[in-house]
Amino acid sequence: MKIIGLIITIVTGAFLVYAAADFPAWADPNSPASTYLSPYFIENSMKDTSVPNFVTSLLADYRGFDTMFETTVIFTAGLVCFILLRISGRKEPETSHYRHVLTGVTVTLKEGRKIPASEDFERIDDLWTPPDLIIKTGCRLMIPFIQLFGLYVIAHGHSSPGGGFQGGVILGASIILLAISHDLRTALERMREKVVAILCPVGVAIYAGTGTLCLLLGVNFLDYSALASVLHVDPIAARSHGIFMVEIGVGIAVMTTMIWIYNNISSAGKYNQGL
Amino acid sequence: MFWQIDLAILTLVVVTAVASLMVKDLLGAAILFGAYSFLMCLLWSIMGAVDVAFTEASVGAGVSSVFFVAAVFRTSRRTKD
Amino acid sequence: MNMAELIPALIAKYNYWIYITLMMIGLYAMIAKNNLVKKIVGMNIFQTAIILYYVSIGVKKGATIPISAGGHGAAHEAVHAADYLNPLPHVLMLTAIVVGVATLGVALALCLRIYNRYNTLEEDEILAQIRKK
Repeated sequence: MKIIGLIITIVTGAFLVYAAADFPAWADPNSPASTYLSPYFIENSMKDTSVPNFVTSLLADYRGFDTMFETTVIFTAGLVCFILLRISGRKEPETSHYRHVLTGVTVTLKEGRKIPASEDFERIDDLWTPPDLIIKTGCRLMIPFIQLFGLYVIAHGHSSPGGGFQGGVILGASIILLAISHDLRTALERMREKVVAILCPVGVAIYAGTGTLCLLLGVNFLDYSALASVLHVDPIAARSHGIFMVEIGVGIAVMTTMIWIYNNISSAGKYNQGL
Repeated sequence: MFWQIDLAILTLVVVTAVASLMVKDLLGAAILFGAYSFLMCLLWSIMGAVDVAFTEASVGAGVSSVFFVAAVFRTSRRTKD
Repeated sequence: MNMAELIPALIAKYNYWIYITLMMIGLYAMIAKNNLVKKIVGMNIFQTAIILYYVSIGVKKGATIPISAGGHGAAHEAVHAADYLNPLPHVLMLTAIVVGVATLGVALALCLRIYNRYNTLEEDEILAQIRKK
């Protein structure tokens, strides 16, 4: 297999090198990619949508259809992870470990028996280490600020680098940090499995719902200038607000998908212990 | 000044890519992949693609490395390959 | 083409040769490696190398980042296309990166299922187990 792989790689590489000889020079302002459509977008983006970040206005307004289906693809990937891992055919009897807090004695219960929640016994994982005060306190202090920064990135996608995707990933990463520094069960108490699974299509629905609202108001799908009559602003500012609404939808969908995939992979579908 | 930084970071990118495929410990491969992602993010910042660099920093060097480590935790860690 | 003009042409496009090298490293890893997780790492290297290749098309000499310099109040000033980088490759590659991480999640979930079933992640051992059945 290695010889075949080497031959295929060398042949493909030779073809690509031969094709790259035709490429325009590095950083040429007159290359075909920079003179075909992008001058129109750069020159008219401020006039049409009053959003200074050209990438955001391109992503959510001029190429908004693309982004809607991309959000659907992300949701589908989270759904596939859930179906592959969470629904298993075999029912294995679970062993759970409990630790008596005062004396440090570990109790192992087989075949799915559980101790009801009480103050004396705490549930521990298979690979248990004593809780580290520095990591727990540090992460507890940092997580609200990370979430605040994520919300800032979503809201300031108009005038600085950022937007829905980046902010959504940062928000998801804050909950994953809670799951890593404390316990998977602690993170599941904060953000339950059902809430995560329901919020994911809600994000996609916010995006598609904005487009359908424009359709119901009488113009094309995802043409945000129709929102001017709903929000009582002029059409250019309505496009800016439409972009903000769909960015919120994208942010929610991406955040919940990251949390969902992490929950499923790190517990192999069983949701009892994590990393 | 410009092309020297470019060439240095490109060399480092190729080195980390080859290294992450050659180590025998899968956890090391995951962490080296995170370093490769971060160097890509630096390359794109130099080229002026700030949105793409932001996304790659949060997605590649953040969440993607965590997924790899979680998957390696649930399967085996050594490999003979 | 004589040698005198070949060498400057080779040196001027050194970026493209390195991008092609990265892509071929990723392709070789996907085909020839035995371990499944290494194949997935190779797939991600291939993806990010292609995104790098694409974004490098949008670079312009002497241009700044694609955010309008005037801010919100500058809707009435003229904007020259030669002052700003090409934003179109950035938009398409933003989509590609996030779809790439979603694909990574699905691939790792498949790896976990294969490990639960065959108790190994090496490709030749899995094939031997399948052929013995």
